Amino acid sequence: MAESSISGKAPAASGKTPRVLAIASGGGHWVQLLRLRPAWEGAKVTYVSVRPAYASDVPGERFVAINDATRWDKVGLVKMAAKLLLIMIRVRPNVVVSTGAAPGYFAFRLGRLFGAKTVWLDSVANVDEMSMTGMLVKDRATLWLTQWPHLAGDDGPECHGSVL
Amino acid sequence: MIFVTVGAQMAFDRMIKAVDEWAGREGRTDVFAQIGPAEYTPRHVAHTGFLEPPQFAERAKAASVIVAHAGMGSIITALTMGKPILVMPRLGDLRETRNDHQVATAKRLSELGKVAVAMDERELIERLDRLDELTSTGALGPYAQDSLIAAVRNVVFASQDR
Repeated sequence: MAESSISGKAPAASGKTPRVLAIASGGGHWVQLLRLRPAWEGAKVTYVSVRPAYASDVPGERFVAINDATRWDKVGLVKMAAKLLLIMIRVRPNVVVSTGAAPGYFAFRLGRLFGAKTVWLDSVANVDEMSMTGMLVKDRATLWLTQWPHLAGDDGPECHGSVL
Repeated sequence: MIFVTVGAQMAFDRMIKAVDEWAGREGRTDVFAQIGPAEYTPRHVAHTGFLEPPQFAERAKAASVIVAHAGMGSIITALTMGKPILVMPRLGDLRETRNDHQVATAKRLSELGKVAVAMDERELIERLDRLDELTSTGALGPYAQDSLIAAVRNVVFASQDR
């Protein structure tokens, strides 16, 4: 890998490209995650979602499909968590970014164990309050975001705009 | 062409039935519906259960207007393609989704002028009868607002600084 040596910075610090795990469940969650792509341009990203066909949305990039599960599907959740643990070990992300839902929750818990920073962007669909999953990850989020200014607050999420 | 979609997860028979009966009554043959794991089988409109993303994009692109549940996947797809979209929210009480979040989403986005909303089947038929009035506000760009991108990017590229 060619790396420019910029004077004034130790090579060990300047040469590192952050590893990002960008993860979401299907439908609107995935579509919203894709709209954040410029945020990790220049980083090494691995995408994770719940349908193999989504690989076509990120051609040429690393994409891993996992099973989908809701909070009522205990077996599915355990399977999802196990698969994510393997992905975490392989990717060793510096940052986990998620737009929800269950896959993001597990990725946040595991990511914190691995010392990763975490960004949670609650779906623009959550207009009246943060999602249930969003509330669950609150204490584990480096950056905890809503897309609606009226939901932001001192003790609440931050708002820096929306995917729209 | 009118493209009708219920999203990838659940059926939304209440909306599909209303569109199907409208198409039958009006003699419309230019309607295609993606209906999910439905119990109601449309009699007047061409339909399929699911579409993979490339086929979904193809159908949306070919449409002059999109009619959908108030899901963000459908809404964002329509907006990025610059297509007018009419949404009908799923209701929690009818077990069409887990709660009424689609009602709130639809109302807010309608206030912002992003989507047209029909709250129930009757309103849906009324809007379908005046479909020509639906207009697009222009195509949405491919990415989130710059301020949001910048906030996320700050964390991504600060992650290496110890």
